[in-house]
Amino acid sequence: MLFTRRHLLAALSSTSALGLSIAPLATAAAATPASAASPHFGGVLNVAVSPEPTLLTSAFITTMNIGQVSSKVLEGLVAYDLDLKPVPALATSWATAPDGKTITFNLRKGVKWHDGKDFTAADVAFTLKEVWQKLHPFGRAAFANVQEVLTPDAHTVVLKLSAPAPYLLNYANTYGAQILPKHLYEGKDVLTHPANNAPIGTGPFVFKEWVKGSHVRLERNPQYWGKDAQGKQLPYLDGIVFRFLPDPAARAVALQAGELDVALGSSIPVTSLANFKDPKRYTINLDDGRYLSTIFLTQFNVRRPQLQDKRVRQAFAHAIDRNALLKVVYLGYGKAATGPIPSSVVQYYTPNTPQYAFDLKKAGELLDAAGLKKDAKGVRLKVNLDYDTGSNRAAEFIKQSLARVGVQVNLRTGDTATFLRRIFTEQDYDLMVSSLHRLPDPTLGVQRLFWTKNIVKAPWTNGSGYSNPKLDQIMEAAAVEADAAKRTQLIHEWQRIAQEDLPLIDLIEPTWVTVSTARFHTTMRQGDGLFASYADAWLQPKTP
Amino acid sequence: MSEVLDLPREPLAGVPGAPARPADGAPRALPAVLGTALRRAAPRVLSLLLVVLGIAVLNFFILQLAPGDVVDVLAGEAGGASPEYMALLRERFGLDAPWHVQLLNYLGQLLTLDLGFSFRHNMPVVDLVAARLPATLLLMLSALGLALVLGVLLGVSAARKPGGAWDATLSVVGLVSYALPTFWLGLMAIVLFAGHLGWLPSSGMVDLSADHSGWDHVRDVAAHTVLPASVLATFYIAVYARLVRAAMVELQGADFVRTARAKGASDARARWRHAFRNALLPLVTMVGFQTASLLSGAVLVESVFDWPGLGRLTFESIQARDFNLLLSILFLSSLLVVAVNLVVDLLYGWLDPRVRVEGDA
Repeated sequence: MLFTRRHLLAALSSTSALGLSIAPLATAAAATPASAASPHFGGVLNVAVSPEPTLLTSAFITTMNIGQVSSKVLEGLVAYDLDLKPVPALATSWATAPDGKTITFNLRKGVKWHDGKDFTAADVAFTLKEVWQKLHPFGRAAFANVQEVLTPDAHTVVLKLSAPAPYLLNYANTYGAQILPKHLYEGKDVLTHPANNAPIGTGPFVFKEWVKGSHVRLERNPQYWGKDAQGKQLPYLDGIVFRFLPDPAARAVALQAGELDVALGSSIPVTSLANFKDPKRYTINLDDGRYLSTIFLTQFNVRRPQLQDKRVRQAFAHAIDRNALLKVVYLGYGKAATGPIPSSVVQYYTPNTPQYAFDLKKAGELLDAAGLKKDAKGVRLKVNLDYDTGSNRAAEFIKQSLARVGVQVNLRTGDTATFLRRIFTEQDYDLMVSSLHRLPDPTLGVQRLFWTKNIVKAPWTNGSGYSNPKLDQIMEAAAVEADAAKRTQLIHEWQRIAQEDLPLIDLIEPTWVTVSTARFHTTMRQGDGLFASYADAWLQPKTP
Repeated sequence: MSEVLDLPREPLAGVPGAPARPADGAPRALPAVLGTALRRAAPRVLSLLLVVLGIAVLNFFILQLAPGDVVDVLAGEAGGASPEYMALLRERFGLDAPWHVQLLNYLGQLLTLDLGFSFRHNMPVVDLVAARLPATLLLMLSALGLALVLGVLLGVSAARKPGGAWDATLSVVGLVSYALPTFWLGLMAIVLFAGHLGWLPSSGMVDLSADHSGWDHVRDVAAHTVLPASVLATFYIAVYARLVRAAMVELQGADFVRTARAKGASDARARWRHAFRNALLPLVTMVGFQTASLLSGAVLVESVFDWPGLGRLTFESIQARDFNLLLSILFLSSLLVVAVNLVVDLLYGWLDPRVRVEGDA
């Protein structure tokens, strides 16, 4: 019942409401020949994922590439449609009590683990208490309010909360909360369990082999619970081979040579996308990564005396032309961001916040007002800018932008470990650029960047050192507000304060791009398609 | 090690009156050579072990200087972690211990031949390395073999008429292939042979969709090896061809070669038997030097061709700060380099009896 045409149509029509994303969807639909409507059984799908994952379960580590591979073997309670609303996966339905303090999940019946054992509510309860709450980087926040997990019968899970947690349902998919088999993990060390490298799940594909440095091979699960609209047993594919080609150019050639069918997660760089424009041969999907709601940002270390003055930070915002950045660096794949919550988070996003139009004169005036006058060489201020792997072109763009208002930028780089240590542990930097997933709920994805209590020495925390008690209060109130309208209002206010104080400048909402051969089809589009199970994926046979 | 490396210039200069060996001297029988080799090697093995131990300690300290550790990377990739959780991981991985304790643990492990555990891959290091080593050896040896054969043939043929058209052409081709970046050459090879012509597979070591066995498997692996091995070999072909050419040009005028010709040796015999034998000395030195650099060259080639080898594992373990794994790979590489140097020293004695290894009577 999950993969009916009704869902597909609903998904299609709901995107039209978004306006912006309809163009690629419509072309994709129009380009699909009529014969493509009936799925074909069989075939092995070759998928490029990069880099190679370190484990094959994202139950306690949420690296994207781990989720991309493991989501075909292990599953979560729900998946998300293009509006990021939950749709059934292992849970068939769910309900939140009016006071927001009880959430009940009804689980799918007749589901079996790949080793033949029954999937039950006990598996969910175990994974929640022992894995998500204890070991998961977001799970500990997402499930923090869960005081008790009741399993009145084998197919019902009831969560008793200490306070409402409206974000919880935004974080119950395969990527956010993958369910592990209790009978294998109970009483063992979860972190080093051998099943982490050879997962046993409930998903449409069974783990077969992992040749490190080369590939992961999955095979069809003949006992999968999913049926298609005609009542036929899913999945359509006989198997999936994940390959970890480290070189972007080599990936592009392999896709053109027909050795690959799908390149997930922007593993084909935007600069190569021009080679894949022909809709007869390739499909470019721009919706798969909507769930991640990624924003490219530049962040200030507000501990630095000269960056403490918010006029300086605002001047920087006026000096960076986001539309030019989008065009030059992202080649248009994305949109200019207007604040800390991306526009894809439809429910909470507001554009009505202080905005900083590209205006060099205004930037100069603000810097003058902050007492940063130009010296004889026209330089007002010298800063270091650290950039994360892959952001070098954007960093150079910002360097040139700021030079035009007399801010001399010295670019610094290092690998990921060096970058993380410098920014978040040593806090020894002036300015940094990076991309960050905001996730569908601001309490989980955005609060961590602004919250005073999150000024800690760990990656992806409040690394700017910004603290505003009033904003803290609003964010903490939004976290436990059960009334949807009131919560939205609080989150709008939060966006206004963040845009006024500007401890970080949100610049671009980049689009995640999945490039595939036109032979590759899925019957259901998901907002978390990067982590789709591929039960509904099929390959049109090659025409000789 | 150093004494032999200084020597090869001597016979090249064609020391008057000191022919490298009896003009027609056949090499000594191999068993006898091996016996001598072992006797020669014995006293050196101990000093070499000390060298290896020194390298291990040095590696340890160099890696201590890198900012960040495996926990930073894991937490960064996961999208976040609390400081408490990171402290817990560091304690589990033994990263919270003072450096001297960590060093002693590491050396203790080495002495018991235990390569440790990779927390990033959730596997013992020895399994990871063992799985990757054959692929790298296959790539290195085929590249080295190809480079030696082609390098020697091109070098010798270029030396026939120094300054001639063929020599000039080879010189330009050699210069270009020496200067081309390996990864670029690799990409171009993929675009041409895999993308446009479709003759050869673009990446990987086996065809994953076909489950070959027996000879089909060998053919499959061979087809996958052609491009990466040729690309990796290009640089070395150029180096070896230049080296052999220079040596041959010099030796062709040497007294003992002229003597051989005067005594009626055929052109081919004078060239290969007399001149080339001596030209081998600098070549052997160079090959010994370059074993280590082949491994580092493999990093790029393996990345471009998705070759499941040790080079890429090394690169990834640096980025991930997976030091248990990295220390082991570095340690094994240093063993390899030391072993190859030892073999080169011994080969010298065989090729040119005037060369004496220290401690040899």
